[in-house]
Amino acid sequence: MAYADQDTGHHAGPDKFIWKYVWSQDHKVIAVQYGCTAIAVGILALVLSWLMRMQIGFPGSLEFIDPSAYYQYVTMHGMIMVIYLLTAFFLGGFGNYLIPLMCGARDMVFPFLNMLSYWFYLLSVLILLASYFVPGGPTGAGWTLYPPQSILQGTPGTDWGIILMLASLAVFIIAFTMGGLNYITTVLQARCRGLTLMRMPLTIWSIITATVLGLLAFPALFVSAIMLMFDRVLGTSFFMPYIVHMGQALETGGGSPVLFQHLFWFFGHPEVYIVALPAFGLVSDILSTHARKNIFGYRMMVWAILAIGGISFIVWAHHMYVSGMNLYLGYFFATTTLIIAIPTAIKVYNWTLTLWHGNIHLNTPMLFSIGFISTFLIGGLTGLFLGNVAVDIPLSDTYFVVAHFHMVMAIAPIMVVFAAIYHWYPKITGRMYNETLGVIHFWVTFVGTYLIYFPMHYLGFEGMPRRYYAYEGYEFISESAHSLNEFISVVAILVGVLQILFIINMLMSLKTGKLAGANPWNATTLEWQTPQTPPAHGNWGDELPVVYRWAYDYSVPGADEDFIPQNQPGELGDGREVGDDTGHSSGEGAPA
Amino acid sequence: MAQSDTVEGVEGLAQDWSSDREAFRDVPWGKGMMWIFLLSDTFIFTTFLTGYMTVRLSATAPWPVPSEVFALTLFGESIPLILIAIMTFVLITSSGTMALAVNYGYRRDKRKTFWLMIATATLGAMFVGMQIFEWSKLISEGVRPWGNPMGAAQFGASFFMITGFHGLHVSIGVIYLLVVAFKVKRGDYDNRGYEIVEITGLYWHFVDLVWVFIFAFFYLW
Repeated sequence: MAYADQDTGHHAGPDKFIWKYVWSQDHKVIAVQYGCTAIAVGILALVLSWLMRMQIGFPGSLEFIDPSAYYQYVTMHGMIMVIYLLTAFFLGGFGNYLIPLMCGARDMVFPFLNMLSYWFYLLSVLILLASYFVPGGPTGAGWTLYPPQSILQGTPGTDWGIILMLASLAVFIIAFTMGGLNYITTVLQARCRGLTLMRMPLTIWSIITATVLGLLAFPALFVSAIMLMFDRVLGTSFFMPYIVHMGQALETGGGSPVLFQHLFWFFGHPEVYIVALPAFGLVSDILSTHARKNIFGYRMMVWAILAIGGISFIVWAHHMYVSGMNLYLGYFFATTTLIIAIPTAIKVYNWTLTLWHGNIHLNTPMLFSIGFISTFLIGGLTGLFLGNVAVDIPLSDTYFVVAHFHMVMAIAPIMVVFAAIYHWYPKITGRMYNETLGVIHFWVTFVGTYLIYFPMHYLGFEGMPRRYYAYEGYEFISESAHSLNEFISVVAILVGVLQILFIINMLMSLKTGKLAGANPWNATTLEWQTPQTPPAHGNWGDELPVVYRWAYDYSVPGADEDFIPQNQPGELGDGREVGDDTGHSSGEGAPA
Repeated sequence: MAQSDTVEGVEGLAQDWSSDREAFRDVPWGKGMMWIFLLSDTFIFTTFLTGYMTVRLSATAPWPVPSEVFALTLFGESIPLILIAIMTFVLITSSGTMALAVNYGYRRDKRKTFWLMIATATLGAMFVGMQIFEWSKLISEGVRPWGNPMGAAQFGASFFMITGFHGLHVSIGVIYLLVVAFKVKRGDYDNRGYEIVEITGLYWHFVDLVWVFIFAFFYLW
């Protein structure tokens, strides 16, 4: 430690390849490691979704998909996408890369811990993947891992898969904690001069709020994983009621399965916002930059982020209306669920108003950001349906729910992941991506999304249940539903395969992309003002930057250019003197 | 690093939070990080205790009476919770020696800081030792995580899980204390300052505080 707090003096990074790119303590390298690992494991989850779609669209066409295999695909697909891809990518990837750069710091406050965070994450991924190589294969309990079925004989992977899954989650949480402590401390205590909290880009605000949510929500998952592990390995009965299983009364009993659901969703619902909030923040900055216009209602955006973060802790049981919990609780949780829509709606309005009368550049990051607003709006509105108990009970466990959560927390955040990768690619690599390929990638993904998920809403209304292995022979599922399923499967596989465009674009542009320069988007935030591109070890050369204004001085009347970087002194825009509104601006060991 | 323009109260809080560089003035990174970690860890123990209370309510078999289970026969008389009382006393005493160590650390009295931290670690180790004794006594009486002769199976499960997790925290704390103590003795912090002693202390007081809640909710209820 004690490296990032040095204001002056240039440190050359380590020279040897292994210290520079493998056992690196540089937040930028760790971010890329996080991102690449997340994408790799995400591709596996994508392939699993194709296999599921093959079974649903063309039942029996692939002979190796038996019911056990199908449930294993469902479980691993869900868990990987939510935890090991999205959470890791937003916080470990973008959080790591952007927090020190946007805060004008040289690195995270504890680089060594940061490095450990990545290696623990990789370990958790390896433990998860190891479950493919043990007897019985990975668990097929569904990503929610509800006991008692997740640990009873008959569910795939009860021998080893569930143990490895729980162990992997515990290791992931340790990894996240090490990273998360770093992110929060860096943002709170290691910003550069002039960067007050209310001048921070919304990216930082949202990532930091999501990290706080993670640090307070993951403990519930950690504890429930330990308890479930005890139930499975030691034969305790935290979650095991008295059960007659295959004609025999089990020895365990007296536990509370609903307790697990409460603990799981106390984690699970904030988890939705751990994924969604960073997406909100990143998309705000991208929209503002490419619309050449300040973000509309910055302060409201900040308060909305904090409000969403707070309320997200008291909505969890809307996932449990049919669990057998006290029905009156439903009133409370339905109310809070509808209340959380208010700050969320504020954000959507503000994004739209940011675009209004903006000088919109329809490049790839902008397209993906607009795609995000669209998909998030659709997914959010169906969320209002499902938040109401009376509507949720008939729709629960149908494809309506599948459509809802894929729109709102799978596709929408993934749109932002793509937008942000395209947006920051020039800074990370120093080269531009191929715009044509990027635009094609967007239209394929965007149109494909609607072709895949929009019909699922109808399937859900018709009553097609989710989680079934085979849908033949039910009278209430019409012939047209089957043909719709075939259609969805074909599109899903096609769109999935075409994501190769993205991979090709990223890899080819590393070599052939034209040099980007320091600030290709004419953006205001600090990461675009680094002396080198890509930023060197220590980020800022000899002198730390000083911030004079907020992050959104675009198209300021009277300015020479249509943007004013945050570190440019002057009177235009929010160009107050450093320390004007602060009373003091010195920190530990800083030249005041 | 006290500055003359320090403002007290809510206004001062608002001023700190709206300042640049630091939201908490003059709080070292390590200390800030430890506080945030402890907040997260609080949620872990809260979840453990909430889970325990829920299964205690949902259990169908009668819950064993803690004052009888944790009674010890001394001088021919059965005294309820005597061992737990001693353990609690030892742990709270260790918080006292820790607080003294922090004080002497800031006075840069290396020798006293070292010995007080060693005393804290010793008391912590005593606590763990007594916990091992308690565990082996219960195990010899047939208490297991999956069942026990006295009543609800969840009793043993909760007991071993919660005290085990807390004991793990204490054991890690003892190692942490020893490492920092010997670094203090070696003079590693002469240049960097002695905040590390306070940071270690924060962790130690937290572990102590958690024990008070476990004591109240598990042993006294």
